[in-house]
Amino acid sequence: MEALFAITLGIMTASGVYLLLRARIFPVVMGLTLISYAVNLFIFSMGRLATGVPAVIGRSEAYGDPLPQALVLTAIVIGFAMTAFVVVLALRSIGELRTDHVDGQEPSK
Amino acid sequence: MALALIIALPFLGIFLPMLLERFGRSACAFGAGVAPLAALMLLLSKRAEVFSGQTEIVHSSWLPELGLNLSLRLDGLGFLFALLILGIGLLVILYARYYLTKKDPMGRFFGFFLLFMGSMLGVVLSENLLLMLMFWELTSLSSFLLIGYWNHRADARQGARMALAVTGGGGLALLAGILLIGHIVGSFELTTVLASGDLIRANALYPLTLILVLLGVFTKSAQFPFHFWLPQAMAAPTPVSAFLHSATMVKAGVFLLARLYPALADSEWWFYLVSMTGLATLLLGAVMALFQHDLKGLLAYSTISHLGLITLLFGLDSRLAAVAAIFHIINHATFKASLFMAAGIIDHETGTRDMRRINGMWKYMPHTAALAMVASLAMAGVPLLNGFLSKEMFFAETLDQHLLGSFYWTIPAVATLASAFSVAYSLRFVHDVFFNGEPVDLPKYPPHEPARYMKIPVEILVLLCLLVGMLPAFTVAPLLAAAVSGTLNGHVPEYSLVIWHGFNLPLAMSFAALVGGVLIYTLRKWAFRWYEGLPSVDSLDVFERVMTGLTLAARYLTGLLENGSLQRYIALMLISTLLLVVFALTPLESLSGQVALTPLDGITVLGMAILACASLLTVLFHRRRLVALMVLSVVGLMVSLGFARYSAPDLALTQLSVEVVTIILLILTLFFMPDRTPAESSSLRSFRDFALASGFGTMVALLAYAVLTRPYDSIASFFLENSVSGGGGTNVVNVILVDFRGFDTLGEISVLAIAGVGIYGLLHGLHLPHPIRDYGGRLWSTDSHPMILDALSRALLPMALLISVFIFLRGHNLPGGGFIAGLVTAVALILQYISHGVTWAQERQPISYHALSGAGLLIAGLTGLGSWFFGYPFLTSAFDHFHLPLIGEFELATAALFDLGVYLVVVGATLLILSNIGHVSQDESSKEVL
Repeated sequence: MEALFAITLGIMTASGVYLLLRARIFPVVMGLTLISYAVNLFIFSMGRLATGVPAVIGRSEAYGDPLPQALVLTAIVIGFAMTAFVVVLALRSIGELRTDHVDGQEPSK
Repeated sequence: MALALIIALPFLGIFLPMLLERFGRSACAFGAGVAPLAALMLLLSKRAEVFSGQTEIVHSSWLPELGLNLSLRLDGLGFLFALLILGIGLLVILYARYYLTKKDPMGRFFGFFLLFMGSMLGVVLSENLLLMLMFWELTSLSSFLLIGYWNHRADARQGARMALAVTGGGGLALLAGILLIGHIVGSFELTTVLASGDLIRANALYPLTLILVLLGVFTKSAQFPFHFWLPQAMAAPTPVSAFLHSATMVKAGVFLLARLYPALADSEWWFYLVSMTGLATLLLGAVMALFQHDLKGLLAYSTISHLGLITLLFGLDSRLAAVAAIFHIINHATFKASLFMAAGIIDHETGTRDMRRINGMWKYMPHTAALAMVASLAMAGVPLLNGFLSKEMFFAETLDQHLLGSFYWTIPAVATLASAFSVAYSLRFVHDVFFNGEPVDLPKYPPHEPARYMKIPVEILVLLCLLVGMLPAFTVAPLLAAAVSGTLNGHVPEYSLVIWHGFNLPLAMSFAALVGGVLIYTLRKWAFRWYEGLPSVDSLDVFERVMTGLTLAARYLTGLLENGSLQRYIALMLISTLLLVVFALTPLESLSGQVALTPLDGITVLGMAILACASLLTVLFHRRRLVALMVLSVVGLMVSLGFARYSAPDLALTQLSVEVVTIILLILTLFFMPDRTPAESSSLRSFRDFALASGFGTMVALLAYAVLTRPYDSIASFFLENSVSGGGGTNVVNVILVDFRGFDTLGEISVLAIAGVGIYGLLHGLHLPHPIRDYGGRLWSTDSHPMILDALSRALLPMALLISVFIFLRGHNLPGGGFIAGLVTAVALILQYISHGVTWAQERQPISYHALSGAGLLIAGLTGLGSWFFGYPFLTSAFDHFHLPLIGEFELATAALFDLGVYLVVVGATLLILSNIGHVSQDESSKEVL
């Protein structure tokens, strides 16, 4: 299962990186979102993958590692705030520069 | 302590002249003199200890981990230089009072001057080499300010910039050299370094270290081929030149030669590098000096030549030569300072420095003339003056070296030749200026003697030249002995300071130089004609051209990397990140670790497959933006299911609700953008990106696999054990968020609130046009608030709010909490916006989201502060169990209050962001998007 997880993570990252390298803002933001999914999963998996062991005292025999979970929880929320900031920045730049190209100008033909 | 005060006094004294400037120029100069005078008194009070050969070291730590300490050292060498700096500095202050005109801002001049003086004192009194380097750079900077003092003049600005570039560049080399010394010796303290000469010389890095240190020395001391900045620095006011050329700046270089002599000298590398540079500089400076028509130019090249002489002496690498070098440092300081001052007087009184016009000054200013003549004879090395003594020692030492083998005679021969030129230019200074007929077309005519007090510094210095020249044993002997002892680390050779050594070869060389000099001077007309015929090289021009070239090259290089394309930057950053990680991972021997793999099950395989496929499909569909966004939301949902699968219910809930707001956010922004992405990447670009993405994916996959199959050790047990007893909650993740790591959470909700306010600011006043047709040309739907959604959302709101309260309350013990509850509330409210529009929703919700997130932050922060009142650290939580009839036992914790703050910030910030994007529209007919 670890191998499958790692491969899935790799595919998510690769998709994110490819989109990150596109020239228009919207795909870049989607790429960023994909990468943050992958990163969150990656950090989460540093506490190892185990089923049926939530970190709630008294509910199971063993407990998963709560620390990466706490880190990822805030990371998810902050990630949303950052995505929002980036897209709004993009909206602003579209408003000022009249293009959604990441370099701020349409490529010269 | 007194030692530190000697350095600190000039720095502290900077403000005095500035404050006293309004009370007149004398008051200003007096204010400038107070601090150096006090420092001089302090220094002289140490006289007895220094002369008896003691070394005083004051040590206090600064950054001991880096080897940087505030340690100071006073020995004979430091004493000598500090004496020169303070003594000549005081004379220059007196002189400058009369030299500067009413138009010159005097407070600023003395401010710069004291800054420079303090830096020089720091250089000569530092025990720690890094500390010394700091002062060294400070001298470069403050001399820049001094040289460029008349900043309305282009030549002053250029000269200052050149001096800074050359000496600052040398300072960098010196830094590297000193770091190498520290690396070899293991300490930057001079006491250790000076005792480790053998260790340094035996090290393989010795040649590199020596060259780097010498680069610093040679640039500072204006040695060939770095000599060109010194004549350009003449653009400074003459008092500055007098100070820079005699006791400071260029002397800092030879000071360092003397200081590090025990550590670096005594090797063939040292001999060849130092002596040959000195020899070349000696001759070049002497010859060039003769051909200058500018009075200060002559003196500047003469300084270069004399510094070459001192460097050559250190390079000869014998103890006696070092004695001669130090003696000449003293003598040169006295006669050169007085000569510059005399030149300044002449410039001041005649209005020009051109020796072809200034003639016959003897008639107009006999007193100044007499002083200048004595000083220039000292420079020429005429007997009974101090210059003669050190020059005799110099000749004797040039004869006493053997490393050049059968060419050993070249050094004494060149030395004699250079001395002859030195006699010739000294004669020119005397004869051209004070005799040689009548002045030609002076700007100020007739010239007359300057103010009485302006001559006092010159008189004192000339008197010293005479006293040292005639009675060396009674004047300079103890100072010289102490300085030599300080330089050579106590190993003082036998030397004698008498004037008459009998008829010997050095005397013959002196005689030959005198006769040769007179001969050269009488033949000067031919010499000048020959010099006129040489192609003229303006060092300033060359320097400016080199600098312009450098700037252009730098701009070209920057342009290569930085062409303004963000797309390219991100690719470069990703490539370098990939390379770094790959480089770091290469030592990994086997990919998989010792931990056994968990078996696969069908559900997981299916989930992973959907996740991977959805990611790939997002890329595949990325040109059709709405479709890609829908597929992306599948990825988000699968991630949230993944969290649920692997025992993280809190994460699953958070991810689910964030997913909803993120997709709403992206759809909202998509409204203002084209819904298709044009295909514009070249095949090559696509291939490169594909390769890079694959590389990254592979790297992440390998890394994750390698980590997951290895055993690990976690600090989780601490949280699991203390969650109930210390935090009063069984949901450990939530307890970590609001209790253990509450401070982090406070920071994070602050970021959230700041992002919300930032977005509000960015969107404020922004009007964007939005397309009304899609890619295929079809009109957007005009039914912005469909009825079914309308009806359903109204029914949903109370239920959603109820659920969020439930999630909030149970958060401390079961999956849930402020973050998740806040997101659920936000989603419920956003749904109202979507189904009814911004205006409708806001009319019914008279809440300011700014205030909401602000209040949340305040509540969280105050909860944290509350623990202070009970004497606990910030954000310590308290809880207790209470019993109420009907409801039963329940728990109250301050953490819940903190969590309430989190809840409010999340609701406020999320709605602030989303509702404001809904406002952005230019089209009057459809005012709002939501």
